[in-house]
Formats: sequence, C-alpha cells, structure tokens
Amino acid sequence: MNPVLEVSGLSQDFGGLRALSDLDLRVNAHEIVALIGPNGAGKTTFFNCVTGIYTPTEGKMCLHDAEGGKTLLNGKKPHHITALGMARTFQNIRLFGNMTVLENVMVGRHCRTHAGIWGALMRDKASRREEQDSIDRSYALLEDLHLQDLWNDLACNLSYGAQRRLEIARALATEPRMLLLDEPAAGMNPQETNELEALVRNIRDTWQISILLIEHDMSMVMSLSDRIYVMEYGSCIATGTPAEVRSNPRVIKAYLGESDA
Amino acid sequence: MRRVIKALLTAVWFMILTFPVMCIKVNSIDNTVNWYPERAFWLGVGVFVMALIWDWCFARKSRGLPVLSLGAIGESMGNALRRLQEQPHYRGGALILLALVMLAMPVVSSIYQTNIMISALLYVMLALGLNIVVGLAGQLVLGYVAFYAVGAYAYGLLHQFFGLGFWVCLPIGGFLAVLFGLVLGFPVLRLRGDYLAIVTLGFGEIVRLALLNWPSLTGGPSGISNIPRPGLFGLEMDINISTIYIYYLVLAAVVLTIIVISRLKNSRVGLALQALREDEIACEAMGIDITRVKLSAFALGSCWAGFAGVIFAAKTTYINPSSFGFMESAMILSMVVLGGMGSIVGVVIAAMILILAPEYLRAFSEYRMLIFGAIMVIMMIFRPQGLVSGERRKYKISALQKKTLEGRS
Repeated sequence: MNPVLEVSGLSQDFGGLRALSDLDLRVNAHEIVALIGPNGAGKTTFFNCVTGIYTPTEGKMCLHDAEGGKTLLNGKKPHHITALGMARTFQNIRLFGNMTVLENVMVGRHCRTHAGIWGALMRDKASRREEQDSIDRSYALLEDLHLQDLWNDLACNLSYGAQRRLEIARALATEPRMLLLDEPAAGMNPQETNELEALVRNIRDTWQISILLIEHDMSMVMSLSDRIYVMEYGSCIATGTPAEVRSNPRVIKAYLGESDA
Repeated sequence: MRRVIKALLTAVWFMILTFPVMCIKVNSIDNTVNWYPERAFWLGVGVFVMALIWDWCFARKSRGLPVLSLGAIGESMGNALRRLQEQPHYRGGALILLALVMLAMPVVSSIYQTNIMISALLYVMLALGLNIVVGLAGQLVLGYVAFYAVGAYAYGLLHQFFGLGFWVCLPIGGFLAVLFGLVLGFPVLRLRGDYLAIVTLGFGEIVRLALLNWPSLTGGPSGISNIPRPGLFGLEMDINISTIYIYYLVLAAVVLTIIVISRLKNSRVGLALQALREDEIACEAMGIDITRVKLSAFALGSCWAGFAGVIFAAKTTYINPSSFGFMESAMILSMVVLGGMGSIVGVVIAAMILILAPEYLRAFSEYRMLIFGAIMVIMMIFRPQGLVSGERRKYKISALQKKTLEGRS
C-alpha cells in the first residue's frame, strides 16, 4: 500500500506540557483511518500540527503525492499545506457565516485558481472563465453533498447537520488527497450519523481520497474505519483493525478506567 | 399599563435627578434664590413621552418587527434597492437620473454648494477605501486618516521642493499611501480586533505628530500653502471654473472607485478578503495566504486615501496637520459602520448624509455632536448591520441554467 500521510516521532510541547509525545502514524491511499481517545488526549493538537497551525517540537511529517514523491510538512504554512493536498474540517464548526453557501465552497477553490487583483479589475476573458468554472464546480460539489437547494442561503442560517456537510464540501473544494475530519458526527442524531457514514465512504470511493477522522461515536468508528489509532495523554497506546483495538486491554482501561478490585 | 408606570417612574427619577440643575438658580448679585418648579414638570412630561417611545421601540425590536425611525427608512430603502436590482429598466433609469443630477449640479447650483459636494465626494472616496479594510477584510483600522495625510503632504511637499504638478503627484500620492499601508501592515499581521485598532490608532497619531513637529520639512503647525489647483493642459482658469473642474475630477474619481471596488468585491480576491473577515483560521486552512491577503487589503484600502489626499490638497490649496486628526478617522469609520459593512451603496449614502447633513443643518450646529452621538447609539441598538445590508451577488450557475432551458423546451 502506498502511504499518503506519514508521521514519525511527532512531539508537541506547550511550555512544560507535552501535548503529543513521540507519535507515529501512517495513512495509506484510499484508507479510512480513525483517531480515537478520551478528551484531552491530543487528537485535535495532532490535526493542528499536521495542518501547520502549530509548529511541532520534534518529529517528521510527510505528505506523499500520486507520483511517489514526498514533501516534508514541517515548518510549512497552513495555506501551503492545503495547496499540497491536505484539507480539514473543524471540531467547532468554522464556516464563513455571513457568506452564502456557494461562496463558502468557492473560497475553498482559492488555492486552485489564480486570478489576482489585476484580473479582478480587468475582468478579462481568462479570469471570467476561471470564475465561471469555479462557480460551476462549487455548485457540483454542493449537489454531491445534497446542499444544492441551499446554495444562496447564508451559511450561518443552515441547520447543524447541513453546516457540517458544508464544511466537508468546502474542504473537498480544495481538491485534497487527504481529508482530515475533526468529530464530523458531533451533535448529530443517529439517522444523520448513518448518512454521514455513507457520505464518508462515498468520498473515499468516488474521489479516491484518504480520510483520517477523529470521532467519539464508537459504532460509526468501528464500522467505518479500516484502521484505528488510540491516543491517551498525547501518545499512541494502540493501533490496528477495529476488531484488534476493541479487544485491546489498554484501550479498555483507557476508556472504562481500571477497577480497584 | 406596566409600561406607563415604568415610564412614569423614569420621569420622576429624572425630575429628582435634574432638580438642582434645572430648577434652582442662585442670583449672586441680588443674593436671592430663584425656584422654577414648572421646569421640572415639563421635563417630566418630556421624559415620560420619550420613555414610552423608547419602550415601544424595544418591544417592536424584541418581537422582530422593524422599528420605525431609522430602521424603517433603511428597510424601505433596502426594498427599493432590491426592486432596482431586480428590474434592469428601473436600475438603468435611476442610474441615468443620478448621473444627470450629479453632472448638472455645479452648473445649476452655486459655487458654495459645489464646494460642499466636493468635500462630500472626497469623503465618499475615503469611506469606500476604508470599507475594503474594515467592511470586507474585517480589519479594524482607526488611523485611516494617516494615509489621507500622506497623499495630501505628498502633493504639497513634492510641489514645494520639486515643483511637480497635480497630475504627476496623483499617482505618486497613491503609491506612497500604499507604501505606508504596507509599512503599517507588516508589523500588525499577527494582531486582530482590539489590538489592531490600538496599533493603527497609534499609527495615525504618529503620522500627525510627525507632520506637526517637523517644521523644517512640513512647515509644522502652519502647514503648506500655495498648493496649485489641478491644471488642464496649461489652461488658465479662474477660481469658479477651477472649482467646477475639481468637482468633475472628484466625481470621476468616485465613479472609478466604485467600479474598481465593486469588481474587487465580487472577485476571487474579494472572496478571500471576506473569508478573512469571517474566520482567520478557517481562511488559512482553505489555502488562502493570509499574509498576502491582509497586506493587499491594507494596500488597496490606503491607495484611495492617498488619491483623495492629493485631490484634497489641490482643492483647498492649503494643508496643515489639524485636518488629519483622529476625529476624521472616526468620522470615516462611522460612515462605514452606518452604511453597512461591506456595502458600497450603503457607504456612499452614509458618507453623503454625514457630510451634507451638518452643512445644511447649520442652525443646529451647536448640537451637531450630540445628534451625531444619538444617531450612532440608536443605529447600533436598532440596526447594527447598517443602512444597507444583505446585498448578495448574483451567480449564474451553468447547471441550473441548462435545467431551466430544458424545462422550457
């Protein structure tokens, strides 16, 4: 299997606190990998390191491209990492609330389009064509995520589930090879969770995108993911297929606590 | 009934509070004390009525109804605008009418009116420029007038020392303002919200104080005088013709500003600016280089202030630092907030109101600031989004158009 994301020995210190310590993680092509663990285990910190919001203290992070080349992500700016093919959603939804649904997705296309200030002022043929292309592609994405009827609504007026889907649409608009989902099912009812599960599978199959997700909904994690990494106190305590992880005594201990008896 | 009691209590409270000031007067010549109890009564009646109206407005607001006063005007204006936008006939007609009025203005009315209109249009330009930075990119800049000063002094000084003319200085002034925008932009890249506001406030003051305390270069508090008016191929013009000429110049500049900004707003760059305003972290994660976007916001915003500054210097023929105080920045910011963040039409209307109203209401000039403050407070309570809000760009979606075509055939 070709790796897409390869992380080795990743550590992140905040002052005296070690939020991540010596973490190894690998996501292969067309794989859905879940990152689970109790609150405060460092899952979102990991996302922030990989996407360039934090600069890790130690370790190496590499993103592989389709041709087999790889790029070191350390020290790269977030927008650069997105341009390399890594997109993410946020745990607490971060949409552009006062912009329309279509505009939100169009912002995601920013790193795949080129019109500058001059193009905006002149509105020459190339920049007009590029803009129309961007509009149409964004709308097509909205159709794929069943948001097409809402395209002209403000993002802040959408229902919770629709906002989550819009965040995914916006991330897909950046044409990623690797998609990071931070608790996509948080706050969803069981039916919405099922739909989301189908959607994530669909994204992997139709767009050939590898997916790494943080999730607390265990039934979803177990049925969706090919492999699971379990984190506790900033380090990885177990990894393997859902069945392996489920029976791992350390995982059970981390989740349920140790009995005194 | 409860509302009436509440208003009554407010009135009584006000009467007691203001009793010593309003109703007792000591005549120090006759050594007598004069009492005016009837004043307390009238004050009480006034406050009672005001309290009732106030309460009524809040009740309407809490039920989600548009409040009369400014809110209703804004609403009906919004409706009218929507109608104008939806029907190209009306829109074209309205635009032609507006253009005719603006073009005919200096010919029909007096030089005094034309002068007022020139300064109003200059402020429109400034407000539109600040609208890029504050309204679109969401960066609260309080020292915007510094760029205006840069433009004005660029012309003044370049003429004084090198004898350069207006048309040469216009682009140079804009360029220098952009340069200052970038100089300010670099150190404040990491700041946002309140901190950015404080730093930019300081920047504005630094520029003003530098101009004030550098007499060998800038002439200090006495400023620079004898700045020539703009020329037209060496034509000799008397002051009236020259004023009219400047008027058309400013009008053209404003039209250009509006065209450029509306194109910018709806472009890829404009979307990036708006995304920056909405959420900086998400903006970065969507592949937008926020350093570049922020710097271009500062550059694009300050360049209009530079142009406006050069024209201002040419119009008044005399500049000194007191024209570029914090009050000017605050005024321009109020125009942006009052008009509605990011809205071009709203900002133009607000700038016109805020400059023209004080000129034509000279009778109330003593209460100008009081009324101004009251309007701002009322606006922020009842219509925080500004006069015109919720303008949306229309997008043509190929897939949808195909569908409607198929539906028809």
